[in-house]
Amino acid sequence: MLSFKDIRQGLLVALWFIFLTFPLLVIKINPIENSVNWRWLNMVYVGSFSFLIYLITRMVMARKLERQKKIKLGLVKEKVAWSIKLFSQPRLYLPLLAAVAVFFLLFPGLFSTYQVNIMITALMYVVLGLGLNIVVGVAGLLDLGYVAFYAVGAYTYALLNMHFGLGFWTVLPIGGVLGAIFGILLGIPVLRLRGDYLAIVTLGFGEIIRLILENWSSFSHGPSGISNISRPGFFGIELSLEMSIVYMYYLTVLMVLFTIFVVNRLQDSRIGRAWFALKEDEIACQAMGIDKMKTKLTAFSLGATWAGMAGVMFAAKTTFINPASFTFLESAIILCIVVLGGMGSIVGVIVGALVLILMPEYLRAFSDYRMLAFGAILVVMMIFRPQGIIATLRRTYTVKGDLE
Amino acid sequence: MIFPRKTLSILAALTIGAALAAPAFASDTIKIGVAGAHSGDLASYGIPTMKATELVVKDVNAKGGINGKMLEVLAEDDVCKPEVATNTATKLVSENVNVVIGHICSGATKAALPIYRDANILVMSPSATTPDLTQSGDYPNFYRTIAADDAQARTLVDFTTGVLKMTKIAVIHDKGDYGKGLAEYVRTFIEQGGKAKAVLFEGVTPGAVDYSAVVQKIKRSGAEAVIYGGYHPEASKIVGQMRKKRMKTAFLGPDGVKDDTFIKVAGDKAEGVYATGPADVSKNPITQKFHKAFIEAEGTEPGAFFDNALSAAIAMTNAIAKAESTDSAAIAKVLHTETADTPFGAIKFADNGEPIGIGFVIYQVKDGVYQQVQ
Amino acid sequence: MEYFIELLFSGLTRGSIYALIALGYTMVYGIIGLINFAHGEIYMIGAFTALVVSTALTIYGFPLLAVVVLTALAAAVWAASYGYTIERLAYRPLRSAPRLSPLISAIGMSIFLQNYVLLAQTSDFVPFPALVPEFAFMEPYAHIVGSSDMAILVVSALAMIILTCMIKYTRTGKAMRATAQDQKMALLVGINVDNVISITFITGSALAAIGGLLIASHIGQINFYIGFIAGIKAFTAAVLGGIGSIPGAVLGSFILGLTEAFATGYVSSDYEDVFAFSLLVLILIFKPAGLLGKATIEKV
Repeated sequence: MLSFKDIRQGLLVALWFIFLTFPLLVIKINPIENSVNWRWLNMVYVGSFSFLIYLITRMVMARKLERQKKIKLGLVKEKVAWSIKLFSQPRLYLPLLAAVAVFFLLFPGLFSTYQVNIMITALMYVVLGLGLNIVVGVAGLLDLGYVAFYAVGAYTYALLNMHFGLGFWTVLPIGGVLGAIFGILLGIPVLRLRGDYLAIVTLGFGEIIRLILENWSSFSHGPSGISNISRPGFFGIELSLEMSIVYMYYLTVLMVLFTIFVVNRLQDSRIGRAWFALKEDEIACQAMGIDKMKTKLTAFSLGATWAGMAGVMFAAKTTFINPASFTFLESAIILCIVVLGGMGSIVGVIVGALVLILMPEYLRAFSDYRMLAFGAILVVMMIFRPQGIIATLRRTYTVKGDLE
Repeated sequence: MIFPRKTLSILAALTIGAALAAPAFASDTIKIGVAGAHSGDLASYGIPTMKATELVVKDVNAKGGINGKMLEVLAEDDVCKPEVATNTATKLVSENVNVVIGHICSGATKAALPIYRDANILVMSPSATTPDLTQSGDYPNFYRTIAADDAQARTLVDFTTGVLKMTKIAVIHDKGDYGKGLAEYVRTFIEQGGKAKAVLFEGVTPGAVDYSAVVQKIKRSGAEAVIYGGYHPEASKIVGQMRKKRMKTAFLGPDGVKDDTFIKVAGDKAEGVYATGPADVSKNPITQKFHKAFIEAEGTEPGAFFDNALSAAIAMTNAIAKAESTDSAAIAKVLHTETADTPFGAIKFADNGEPIGIGFVIYQVKDGVYQQVQ
Repeated sequence: MEYFIELLFSGLTRGSIYALIALGYTMVYGIIGLINFAHGEIYMIGAFTALVVSTALTIYGFPLLAVVVLTALAAAVWAASYGYTIERLAYRPLRSAPRLSPLISAIGMSIFLQNYVLLAQTSDFVPFPALVPEFAFMEPYAHIVGSSDMAILVVSALAMIILTCMIKYTRTGKAMRATAQDQKMALLVGINVDNVISITFITGSALAAIGGLLIASHIGQINFYIGFIAGIKAFTAAVLGGIGSIPGAVLGSFILGLTEAFATGYVSSDYEDVFAFSLLVLILIFKPAGLLGKATIEKV
C-alpha cells in the first residue's frame, strides 16, 4: 500500500521537521549562566515522529480516496454519517436520550463533589456555547468578544449582591436583560460591518470591557476582584458545601434544558429561519424583504442574553470574580466549542463543550502537554472534520408519493 | 423559572446521602493538600512550594510520622486561576485532606477559601499577600507565612521618605491584583505620611512592546524615586528603559522584584535598585538543611517562596503534632499559642492569621547581588 | 516641546514594530482572506530563534557584527520556514472549507506554538542580549531617543521599502497582486497560486521575525507569550488601515502606535488599550472598510 515514493517523501518531511525544530528543540540555552545544552535526542524523536505521522496520514488519505472512487463507480454505497443516522430514527435516539437524561440526573450521586463541580463548569460552557451558537452558528456573525457579555452578567450579580444584597434569582433575569442591552448597544454601531471587521471590533469591545473592569477600581474593585458572592438561595435554607454544589448542579442542568428548549424553538421560528437565510446569503435575504439590521440585532442581543445569565451563574458558582477570568482566550474557547462541536447544531455544541472543557480537566496528568494537545486537536479536527463533531442536521422535506 | 420543588429536594437529599456515605471511612494517614500553579506560565511560583512541602513531609515521615501516622502530600494544580481554584479546592476537600498549604496567587486563594472554610479545613499560604485575606475577618481558617502587602508598602514608603529623604515619588503598577493593590497602599501611606507627594500614579500594561512613553512621563513628573508594584519582568523593562534614557531616578520594588532573575535579566541596569523582601535566612540551619536536600534532589537552586513554604509546612506539621489530633480547632489553637522553629526563626500566628516574626527588610542590588540595607 | 518629541519617537517606535507584524497579517488576508491568528506566534518564534542563535554564537566566540548578521538571518529563515509549514499544514487543506474553519485552525496553531516554545525552551522571561550597540554619536540625544529606537525606525523603514519595491516591480509581486485580485483568474493566466501563497507567508513571517528581533533587543527580554499581545495590536492596526491594503497596514500601525504613546503621555497609561480599541471602533463606524481599504459593493 505504501510505495517507495511515499517513504522517500516521508523521509524528506522528517528532515524538514528536524530542520524546523532545530534551534528551539535541540539547542537549549541558559542565557543566565551563558551555557548551551545540545539535546540531540529530541532531534531523533522529531524525525521519527514526523516520519510516522506522515506515513499514517498518507495511508488514511489513500484509503479515503479509494473509497470515494468506489462510490463514484457505484461499487459501494455512500456511508451515511452515524450522527445523521442516529438522529433521524426515534427508535435509536430515544433510548439514548433517556440514558443520557438518567446519567445526568444521577451524576452527583455517582461521582465525587469534585467531578460534580467540573461538570457544572462544563454545563455552563454548554449554555455559553449555545448562546454564541445563535450569533455565530445560526446567524453567521463572527463574534470574538462574547466574553464581554459574560463579564457583564457576572459583575451584575457580584455588584448587586454586594451593594444591595440581591439574591441569585432576582439577578438572573437582570443579568440576562443587561447582557441584551449591552448587545444592542454594541450591535447598533458595529453590525453594519462585515465579516472580519465585525470580528476585530467585537474583540476590541471585549478587551475594553475587561480593561474598564480592571482600571475602574471604585466601581468594580479592580483587579483584586469581588469575593464573598452569595451562592444561590434554596428557599432560605442554609446549605452545606456539598449540598450547595449539588444544588448548583441541578440548577445548571435546568438552565441547560431551558436554553436547549428556547434555542430549539427559536431556530424553528420565523426569526430563526431569517437567521439561517442571513447566514447563507445576505443579499438574497434582503431581497426577500427581511430587515437585515433588525434580524442581526436580535441574534446578537439574544446571544448576549445567554452570556449574561451564564455570567450570573458563574459568579454564583465561584463566589469570587476578577477581570482575569474574562480574557480573549475565554472568547476563543467558546468559539472553539461552537465550531468544533458543529456550527448551528445544538447537539454538536453540547458535545463540543463537554469535550473541550472536560478534556483539559482529565488531561491533568499530562498537565504540561495539555494545552499543546488542545491546540493540535483544534487544528487536526478542522482539517479532518471541518463541519465539527456533529454536523448540523438541516430540516429536509421529502415529497411523498410519485412526482411524475 | 419553574421547577418541581418536591422532586428536586428529594433528589438532592438522595444524591447527597449517597455522596456523603461513600468517603466516610477513617484514613490512616494525615493528608496535606498542596494547591497552587503547577503548570503553565506561573508554575515557577507554585512548584517550589510543592517541593518544599514534600521535603518537610519526607523529613517528618523519616522520623516516624506524627502520632504513628504517616503524612501524605496531595498536590493539585490551580494554574493561579480563581475559577480553577474552586475546582481544586473542592477536589482536595472531597479527598478529605486535613490541612492545606496554598494557594499561591491571591485571587485563587480568595476564590478557594470559602470552600475550605465551609469544610472546616485550615489553609496556610506561603505567598498570598492581599491584606483582605486576614483583615476582612471572613476567613478565620486562613494563615500565611508571608507578610501582607500593606506591611510591605509601609516598609517601602518609610524607607523612601525616611531614609532616602525623597519627596517626589512616582507610583507605578502592573494593573494586576498584587501590583495595583500594593501601589494603592503605597499611595495612601505617602499621603498619610505628609513627608512626600505621589506625583504620578499609573498602571503599565504587562506584555506591551515598549514602555518608553510611561518612562518619559516619569521623567516629566520630576519624581526622585519610583515605587513599583508588580513582578520582575515588567520592572526590569521599566528600569532598563529608564537607564537607557539616562535617568538617575531611584527605583524601588516589592518582593516580586526581589528575585535573582531580575538582576540577571536587567544586567548592569539593575545596579542600585531597591527591593523589599523577607529577612535573609540563608544562615539558618533549617534553611540550609532543606536547601541542601532540594539541590540534591533537583540539581537546581530552589525558587520563589521556597523558604515561606518550608515555614508553612513546618508550622503546620508542628501544630498537628502538638495538637495530637487533626481537629482544626485544636491545630488552630496551637498555631496561635505555640511557636514553631522555621527558617524565619520561631514564629506563631496572630488571631487574624498573620505571622508574628516575619517582616520585611530592604535590599539593594550591589555588584550584581541583592544585599541587605541597614 | 521636548516631551512631545519624546512621545513622538516612542509612538513611532511602537508603530514600526506593529507595522512589521501588521504587514504579514494584511498580505495574508489580502490573498486568501484569512485572519492568520498564528502570525503573532511567528514573531515570537523569530525572537526566540534569534535568542538561541545569538547566545550560542556569542558563547562560541563570534565577533559582534557576525553575531548580529547571522542572528538576523537565522531568525528570518526559521520564522519563514515556520510560516511556510503552518500554511501547508493548517491552512492549505482548508482552502475550500467554511470561512470559520481556517480561523479555528489558526487559533489552535497559535495555542500550539505558544506551548511548543514554552515546553521546548522555558516559561520564564529570559534576558535578550542587546544586539544594537549604543552608538557614540547618539549619546547627546540619548535622553530623547535611544540607539535601539533609531535602529528600529531605520530597519523597519528599509524593510518596508524593500517590500514595496518587491510587490511593485518584480514578477513575484505582480503575481501576488494578481492572486489577491482574483485567484481563479490568476490560475487561468498561468500563475502558480499555491506558490504565490507560500511566498506571501514566507515574506510576512520574515518581516515579523525582524520585528521580533528588533523589539526583543530593544526591550531586553522575551517569553513565550509576547506574540499574542503584539499580534492582536498589529492585527488591530491592519484593520484600522484597511485589511488587505499594504500602505493601509503601515498607516494604521503608526496611527495606533502614536495614539498609544500620546494617550499614555497626556492622559494615562491605565487606558492606553481602551483608547486604541475605541479609536478602531470609531474609525470603522465611519469608514467600515478601514482608512485605505476599498469599500466593495457586492454585485449579484
